[in-house]
Amino acid sequence: MTSSTETLVLNRERGRPWLRYLVLGLVALVMLYPLLWLVGASFKSNGEIFSEIGFWPSRFDFSAYAKGWKTSTEYSFATYFLNSFLITIPRIIVTVISCVLVAYAFARFEFWGKKLLFSVMVGTMMLPLIVLRLPQYLLFRELGWLDSYLPLIVPSAFATDTFFVFMLVQFLRGIPRDMEEAAQIDGCNALQLLWHIIVPLLKPAIISVIVFQFIWTMNDFMGPLIYLASVEKYPVSLALKMSIGATEEVEWANVIAISVVALIPSVTVFFMAQKHFIEGASSSGIKG
Amino acid sequence: MAHLSLKKIEKVYANGFKAVHGVDLEVRDGEFMVFVGPSGCAKSTLLRMIAGLESITGGELHIGSKKVNELAPKQRGIAMVFQNYALYPHMTVYENLAFGLKLAGTPKTEVAQRVRHAAQLLEMEHLLERYPKQLSGGQAQRVAVGRAIVKKPEVFLFDEPLSNLDAKLRASMRVRLTELHRNLRESGQPATVVYVTHDQVEAMTMGERICVLKEGVIQQVDTPTALYDHPANAFVASFIGSPEMNIHEAQLQPQGEGLAVVLGGQVLPLPAAKAQPLRSRSGAVKFGLRPEHVTALPREGSLAVPCSLRFVEHMGSEVFVHFCIGETAMTARVPADQLGELAGKTRGAAHVFHLQLERCHLFDAETGANLLL
Repeated sequence: MTSSTETLVLNRERGRPWLRYLVLGLVALVMLYPLLWLVGASFKSNGEIFSEIGFWPSRFDFSAYAKGWKTSTEYSFATYFLNSFLITIPRIIVTVISCVLVAYAFARFEFWGKKLLFSVMVGTMMLPLIVLRLPQYLLFRELGWLDSYLPLIVPSAFATDTFFVFMLVQFLRGIPRDMEEAAQIDGCNALQLLWHIIVPLLKPAIISVIVFQFIWTMNDFMGPLIYLASVEKYPVSLALKMSIGATEEVEWANVIAISVVALIPSVTVFFMAQKHFIEGASSSGIKG
Repeated sequence: MAHLSLKKIEKVYANGFKAVHGVDLEVRDGEFMVFVGPSGCAKSTLLRMIAGLESITGGELHIGSKKVNELAPKQRGIAMVFQNYALYPHMTVYENLAFGLKLAGTPKTEVAQRVRHAAQLLEMEHLLERYPKQLSGGQAQRVAVGRAIVKKPEVFLFDEPLSNLDAKLRASMRVRLTELHRNLRESGQPATVVYVTHDQVEAMTMGERICVLKEGVIQQVDTPTALYDHPANAFVASFIGSPEMNIHEAQLQPQGEGLAVVLGGQVLPLPAAKAQPLRSRSGAVKFGLRPEHVTALPREGSLAVPCSLRFVEHMGSEVFVHFCIGETAMTARVPADQLGELAGKTRGAAHVFHLQLERCHLFDAETGANLLL
């Protein structure tokens, strides 16, 4: 262990650090430029956006943010953000509950047909989502759920986000069972075991699920587009599209300004959760 | 506290593999029983069956007067200490100790009192607010033991609890655990203990009785000294004791009035006490002699045998001398101050060793059973 870390450090010391930082900095700039441009363009006029290549605006005018926020509809983006959260938060809650339960069953219990069910579940990950759209639409129409948030939330309550289940199963498989056995002897039943032992151990994985589900749901365009008809129920993604009106001339700065605002929740959630990603099973009480 | 009784306990896995073959065993109330055996001897499986973590596929298990075959672990009145400690990483030491009691609905004041008591007993009151990752191996081990003590179980189960510690800590924890067992007994709270280990030193030093297992079958159950002096078979003889007993194929043949063993081309006449029970026997046997019963200097009743030296291992106070009788490799355990002229000898040099044949063991060549018991 020590010797390998030493070689690693030695390798890092070799060569010119400034060159490395220069290359890394350049690559980072290339990757981040569109984002910088986006922020810069929110202060520009239409003419400036299409004529200037640089991202630095000629003036700092926040009026685009105010105009964009108000939108051309009767609702402001406050409504749309609220709508987005009304979809995202319940969806995250049901996703976490259902996926943890299903992953717990797959990782820790022996039951008839387990292998088959697991491979079917993994198989659905390969399925392009688009093929499900039509049957799902028909199903939800029969249920009378169109133009409500239910089609966007309820499927997740049945652990249909198989990627998360798969991720949690893999994480659970990496956790030694000793703690669960100790808890069993301490008197836990299966559900107490899940709540008192498994969930705290799964915390880093659960946080990943929350972050991914948050970002994906916030950014989801197709789902709301298909199921929502009334403008008052639109989430941010649809409202953004709507602000690029078809008839009148588009004030791009307004659209871009509100896009920047729309990025904020996802970015905030990501950075808040960042430190939990690295924290993993390494902090467990098992010594080997 | 309670006694533990295993009657014809069997474990057959779903794939048909039989891990435990009809084990019969009584562990007395308050006794420190050690299960020992090489890896794969099913000692841990047996312990886990007692704990309720593995199902019992045959036989009956009683804890006290209760039959517990079908009971869940928590209903069996046991506590277990795991090899990896298995502390809950998201709880402090206090919470780790209190967890089981809380689940059982014990009143808060009693939980606090029992946790403090256990912490005092194990000298870890200063650790109560720490998290497991802030503990050293030895401390984590003590917490794991504490978690068992607070529950005041009928039976304590230990699954190789010291094997993750370094040699020094292991030795001190060994003493601590033995003392703890004595203290609990003296304080009127005697603890029935089943302790699994693959380390025969732990078994010999800690166990009041030892159960030696091999491939899911009990070989012998007895006190440490009885196992050492009167092993039931060649397996027990070789497993208990370090360095291992010298056990070799030999021929038994009549010699005058009595019997002699032919080992490595040398004829070793057996003392009358050993020859008596074997009167009618001859042919192939296994001859066993512990290394400490081979000496460099003559003793009363010892037999001088010419040998050739292989090499010596200095252990400090004593020396392990490896030599050959003919082609047969043997080991002697000689106190360092009794090496005599051996000290300067080189590999291959001839030397006369003295075998205390009145301490030898003879085992059946086929079954390995001790012929002198």
